[in-house]
Amino acid sequence: MSIQILMPALSPTMEEGKLAKWLVKEGDEVHSGDILAEIETDKATMEFEAVDEGRIGKLLVAEGTEGVKVNQPIATLLGGDEKASPARPSPRSPLEGEPSSRSELGGGMAKAGPTPPPKAAKAASTLPQGDGVGELSDPEIPEGTEMVTMTVREALRDAMAEEMRRDDTVFLMGEEVAQYQGAYKVSQGLLEEFGARRVIDTPITEHGFAGLGVGAAFAGLRPIVEFMTWNFAMQAIDQIINSAGKTHYMSGGQMRAAIVFRGPNGPAARVGAQHSQDYSSWYSHVPGIKVIAPYFAADAKGLLKAAIRDPNPVIFLENEIAYGRSFPVPKLDDFVLPIGKARVVKPGRDVTLVAHSICVGLILEAAEKLAVEGIDAEIVDLRTLRPLDTATVIESVKKTNRLVTVEQGWPICSIGSEICSQVVEQAFDYLDAPPIKVTGKDVPMPYAANLEKLAIPHVEDVVAAVKVVCYRS
Amino acid sequence: MSEPSKAETAGVRDNSKASTPVALKQFYADMLLIRRFEEKAGQLYGMGLIGGFCHLYIGQEAVVVGMTAAKREGDQVITAYREHGHMLACGMDPKMVMSELTGRASGYSKGKGGSMHMFSAEKHFYGGHGIVGAQVPLGTGLAFANKYRGNDNVSITYFGDGAANQGQVYEAFNMAELWKLPVVYVIENNQYAMGTSVERSSAETHFYKRGSSFNIPGEQVDGMDAVAVHAAGQKAIAWCRAGNGPTILEMKTYRYRGHSMSDPAKYRSRDEVTAVREKRDPIEHLAQNLIAQKLASEDDLKAIDKETRAVVNAAAEYATASPEPDPAELYTDVLV
Ligand SMILES: Cc1ncc(C[n+]2csc(CCOP(=O)(O)OP(=O)(O)O)c2C)c(N)n1
Ligand SMILES: [Mg+2]
Repeated sequence: MSIQILMPALSPTMEEGKLAKWLVKEGDEVHSGDILAEIETDKATMEFEAVDEGRIGKLLVAEGTEGVKVNQPIATLLGGDEKASPARPSPRSPLEGEPSSRSELGGGMAKAGPTPPPKAAKAASTLPQGDGVGELSDPEIPEGTEMVTMTVREALRDAMAEEMRRDDTVFLMGEEVAQYQGAYKVSQGLLEEFGARRVIDTPITEHGFAGLGVGAAFAGLRPIVEFMTWNFAMQAIDQIINSAGKTHYMSGGQMRAAIVFRGPNGPAARVGAQHSQDYSSWYSHVPGIKVIAPYFAADAKGLLKAAIRDPNPVIFLENEIAYGRSFPVPKLDDFVLPIGKARVVKPGRDVTLVAHSICVGLILEAAEKLAVEGIDAEIVDLRTLRPLDTATVIESVKKTNRLVTVEQGWPICSIGSEICSQVVEQAFDYLDAPPIKVTGKDVPMPYAANLEKLAIPHVEDVVAAVKVVCYRS
Repeated sequence: MSEPSKAETAGVRDNSKASTPVALKQFYADMLLIRRFEEKAGQLYGMGLIGGFCHLYIGQEAVVVGMTAAKREGDQVITAYREHGHMLACGMDPKMVMSELTGRASGYSKGKGGSMHMFSAEKHFYGGHGIVGAQVPLGTGLAFANKYRGNDNVSITYFGDGAANQGQVYEAFNMAELWKLPVVYVIENNQYAMGTSVERSSAETHFYKRGSSFNIPGEQVDGMDAVAVHAAGQKAIAWCRAGNGPTILEMKTYRYRGHSMSDPAKYRSRDEVTAVREKRDPIEHLAQNLIAQKLASEDDLKAIDKETRAVVNAAAEYATASPEPDPAELYTDVLV
């Protein structure tokens, strides 16, 4: 009797991985807990342990194979000693099922992420587009500049490394940022380059180290404080708002906190209500701080560099699911972007779609679907949420006369609420239809795969909303 | 402990109710249930049937089994996200726990909580919390309610070595001692908080001393020995029940698996893990004692294992066959 050993899912977002190395060979006896193989995910190399006992039959996937799908059989295990494990589940139990139902279940989990990553090539063609309006503008990218494809994760790391090289007062502090290289591997290599003085692992004491960072900033240092995720920054929100955000004002301009608070924000995959929420509108509500939420790697890099140089407290909202997406980034010595400037990613005539962070990917996908139906959408990536570049949005609405905002956060007092309010105040006469906000549902994030899917916006929701404002439904 | 412990001076720490032979066999069965359940959960995670973060309790079973045997009906339990073992020890149904892990309507939270967030009002299990340290003031509040009502129930509040550095823990300690609240703080020192060892995160690594500046007595316990945990738990709970205020138990324990299913655990050596597994395993250790003291035979233990596997397999089958929650559940339970 033989059991199939399947490619395991080793992280909430893993869909496939590389079978880096087999640590057993055909014919080996294995016991539960023995390490069978090393498997590389996008974040880490993991050891894969045996659960059942028995003898390795066939190795079905050669070591070094990339892109092995989760739940694909990778080896067979010949029946163990029945006495040793009397109640071992039979391979035909409904649990393990047929391969087809298995992959369906596996796929179900993988699909729990809000959107499948757009193809890099598509994103590439939409990147170097024209500016919106207003005084701020992105720096000229000289003719012939090489574009390097990198992940958002790498772009963020490069931004920090470049700023740390040019300014000794910049340091990085947070949980698992140094030795572990970041819980989401954003600070990879920084400890090695900058040493323990400047890349600092903290205890799990968010309120304490956020406050300590603000104090260090008062004293003239430029801390980058990483929150493992923004969920945990709620422990520290008093120091962020009351200390970092208000001291410049309260001191009549004498004292400042040039500090960046950064980390992944927004729904992740299947981690439930306390670990899966969007803080965009929370921080955007507060005067005295700036809030940035980029999507593309180039924006992540250029804006993080700007945030580190900014004399004010800056909230930098990243996204776990977008970390692994790849986009072109201009290879320039010092690529810094203006804070407070939205970008028209794709011009269009019929409707303005506005989003930030991962939802930019969503509206780009929606725009492609809409194009097929003859609707030409203009895509605005806000990039910065405070100060909010309403001028670019209003300019766009004056042209398209229709507006749909998209975000993962809750609908009440959301970023979309603010944009709709500004547009109604400043461009009411240009609107041909009431604007629509597409948002996360007004509930804490559920864990169950089907409910989670219902709780966050999808491409179809955007398409449906656009049809309503275009009176096409 | 450096300060003389108030518990010792008060003389309530007698050892009269030592674990009986029957209890020992039950300890074995309870620990084994947790181990097999967690192994199965790990397997289901690998198959994509459990999503998100899934923190396994393998290696730490003696802590919760010993403590649970020391408490009585009505005492409350609260802990963090590594809580599958706590729930099984409380007598919660493995089928419903596993169903919550798979996100099904038949789970303890109707599929809406997941691995980290389960509760049982019936069993006085107050969760299942995802924010490191948050359960410590909450558990202190459960104790406050006991005192307020004038009953003599005790709150058993578990947290990790990493959580022990959160500021709110000390705010809670101060109030607990100030108001003499009946809470046993059980610090599960498994030596790591994610990838950070205790030595790299803590100025004072003897967690039982962490109450010293609030005059809370503390004791270090071999958390790999269910009998030792049980004895210490009985003393501590009696101290609290008698109205003496809070107490701290530092359980020296170890987790065998990564922090969660997605942790490659490169911060410690394979040898370190193997050494603990081979020399200090709480289940093996108790099995050897049971056999040496002739309290159980090899066959008895095999029978327990067989029964346990059957329970766990049934739970897994139930949890994968149950339907997902009805879509309408998305909007229920937001407010009362
Ligand atoms: C406030 C907060 N910060 C960070 C995290 C991320 N996190 C989850 S568990 C964990 C480690 C906790 O370690 P410990 O308290 O020792 O418990 P153990 O996991 O060892 O049981 C961290 C940093 C979190 N959930 N909440
Ligand atoms: Mg720990």
